[in-house]
Amino acid sequence: MTDFDPHARVKLIRIGMSTSDIAAGSAATFRAIETYLSERDLDIPVKKTGSLGACHSEPLVELVTEDNAYLYGPVTAARARLVLDQHLGSGERGIATEWVVSRYADRRDYPFLARQQRITTPLCGLIDPYSLDDYLAHNGYKALEKALTLSPDQLIQIVKDSKLRGRGGAGYPAGLKWQFLANKQITPKYFICNADEGDPGAFMNRAMIEGDPHRLLEGMLIAAYATGATTNYIYIRAEYPLAVKALRNAIHQIAEQGIIGPKAGNGFGHDISFIIKEGAGAFVCGEETALMQSIEGQRGMPRMRPPYPADYGLWGYPSNINNVETLCSIPGIILNGPEWFASMGTAKSGGTKAFALAGSIQKSGLVEVPLGMTLHEMLFDIAGGCPDGRTFKAVQLGGPSGGCIPASLLDTVIDYEELSQTGAIMGSGGMIVIDDSTSMVEIARYFLDFTQEESCGKCVPCRVGTRKMLNILDHILARKATAADIDKLRGLCHTVGQTSLCGLGQTAPNPVLTTLRYFEEEYLALLN
Amino acid sequence: MSRTNGTPIKKYAYLGDPLAEPVPPELLTILDRYRGQKDALITVLADIQRHYGYLPEKQLRYTARELDFPLAQVFGVATFYNLFQLAPPGRYQLRVCKGTACHVGHSDKIMADLSQRLGISVDETTVDQLFSLQGVACVGACSLAPVMMINDETHGRLTPEKAWEAVEQLLAEEEEHTHD
Repeated sequence: MTDFDPHARVKLIRIGMSTSDIAAGSAATFRAIETYLSERDLDIPVKKTGSLGACHSEPLVELVTEDNAYLYGPVTAARARLVLDQHLGSGERGIATEWVVSRYADRRDYPFLARQQRITTPLCGLIDPYSLDDYLAHNGYKALEKALTLSPDQLIQIVKDSKLRGRGGAGYPAGLKWQFLANKQITPKYFICNADEGDPGAFMNRAMIEGDPHRLLEGMLIAAYATGATTNYIYIRAEYPLAVKALRNAIHQIAEQGIIGPKAGNGFGHDISFIIKEGAGAFVCGEETALMQSIEGQRGMPRMRPPYPADYGLWGYPSNINNVETLCSIPGIILNGPEWFASMGTAKSGGTKAFALAGSIQKSGLVEVPLGMTLHEMLFDIAGGCPDGRTFKAVQLGGPSGGCIPASLLDTVIDYEELSQTGAIMGSGGMIVIDDSTSMVEIARYFLDFTQEESCGKCVPCRVGTRKMLNILDHILARKATAADIDKLRGLCHTVGQTSLCGLGQTAPNPVLTTLRYFEEEYLALLN
Repeated sequence: MSRTNGTPIKKYAYLGDPLAEPVPPELLTILDRYRGQKDALITVLADIQRHYGYLPEKQLRYTARELDFPLAQVFGVATFYNLFQLAPPGRYQLRVCKGTACHVGHSDKIMADLSQRLGISVDETTVDQLFSLQGVACVGACSLAPVMMINDETHGRLTPEKAWEAVEQLLAEEEEHTHD
């Protein structure tokens, strides 16, 4: 039963124009909508938005009426006319049932969206990312306003109380990191946002920036105020041209509006500047010391820590590096209070985590869920499980640094500690579902091949060790290996993990170790 | 057929001072923008590549001299990052996504098939300068996996056959143009 009202006036049309929408053909859909409206002299605004996250149904088109909204997808250019005709045409009206994704503004009939909890991506897919007014109309920069009435110490305490932990993968408490930088008496201080999302199969940060760039800037401004940093760097992949464009536009807008720069009225924004640094494609630059090297225009090679960036960072000055998602959580925490944020998570970590779901799954896309949800709930209740005829085998978390979790452990709760116990990691949020058609040894080889290629070559365990491990895996896959080779592989995993200089090498054995742990029989079956 | 664009040159022949000529004006415009900025090397190289389509060796030497970077640093950075290419790309750049979702969708078979049919390895260009083949990190179209980009156009839900059809179509278009 639907509450469809054939005479409801369509007051707004939204169309997703994110990278993934465009790849699915939304530019042609947009032109088809424009043509349709102009042919009929209809004056309905068409808003280009970021991604709603429902990548499996893109391009997405939403028709908003006075008291409801209808979400359609995938809407190709040809289907756009048919869909619009149902709502605006002169013939009999109805819902274009074949392509309707949700019939209600609150998406109650669409668990993929309804069961998520979006606090870092609440406006993605709703607002025009190029419009500051749109962001302001949704409490935009209200959190900054509130933050400026508090002292930096109070702010850091709020972030500590919220139990927000670094969303880049390592999970270090964000408030503590801020504290280290705030304690430094040396100036200038640098605040750096790590938007170098290099993990193959992860696209959360891209969606966040493309869909709602001002949220990131607001989070960074609050962080800058709390820590005393004046120069804000955003290190972003050059492969994300749309995200870079959205950020540049957003920075320009807040300078025009007088939130930062010479026009800023308050004492704070006047000295604040933003610099966008485009990366040039190197996975290791996600490591913080390598990232700083890259900002300085060098080869992105990590160095020993300590000294940590707060002691010796960019150009030798105190610096702090946070991930996009961490910073996007900040405005919500300030506006709604740390208790609100902490109440969503588990005992040790608060808030939500966004995942990029792909692979053998019915509803792929961007999913943001509260920490503490089980993997099963997320993969089956929200994302619908594997496509028909396929059997779920494992889910891979954290990309090349992470591991596989088998079906038997699907009741594991999404939480930093719980996931580490399985041998996988929370990671930055890439999540790939693997079905029975894929060999786990092959998956391990794929990730190792990636880390081997991306190893910067500075330290021997990583440079040589990953190569040797890859050789053994190739040997196994060619059915030439013996049981002794597997022992050797285990030994190498241990050495590389323990002795590598940075996180890339230290975590490189994880995909091998977890597949050996849960799917050893697949390795054994390939032995000579 | 499998020869690439590498024309053999005498390895140790003295070719004269490579930088005897003045800096080409188009390069000078780029370099002038970044004089005195010691953190700008990556950005400079990205700009040069945007202009020439790749990083010609001579241009790298000019960059080192004009902006006062050690030549080793310029080449070090140029060879470190995946973005930078040291050889001219083909008119059509075939970039097969190597992201996890595409991999699980067997993008390696597409790559192997294209490589065999075009007679080039990954990161090479055909002799006629029409096609170059590359593997790239996730292009962000995971729900369309496996994906290949031909220049800026995304081709999704591919099989080796469908990928080759797209290439054949380009070949046919090229034929037409040469007959015009």
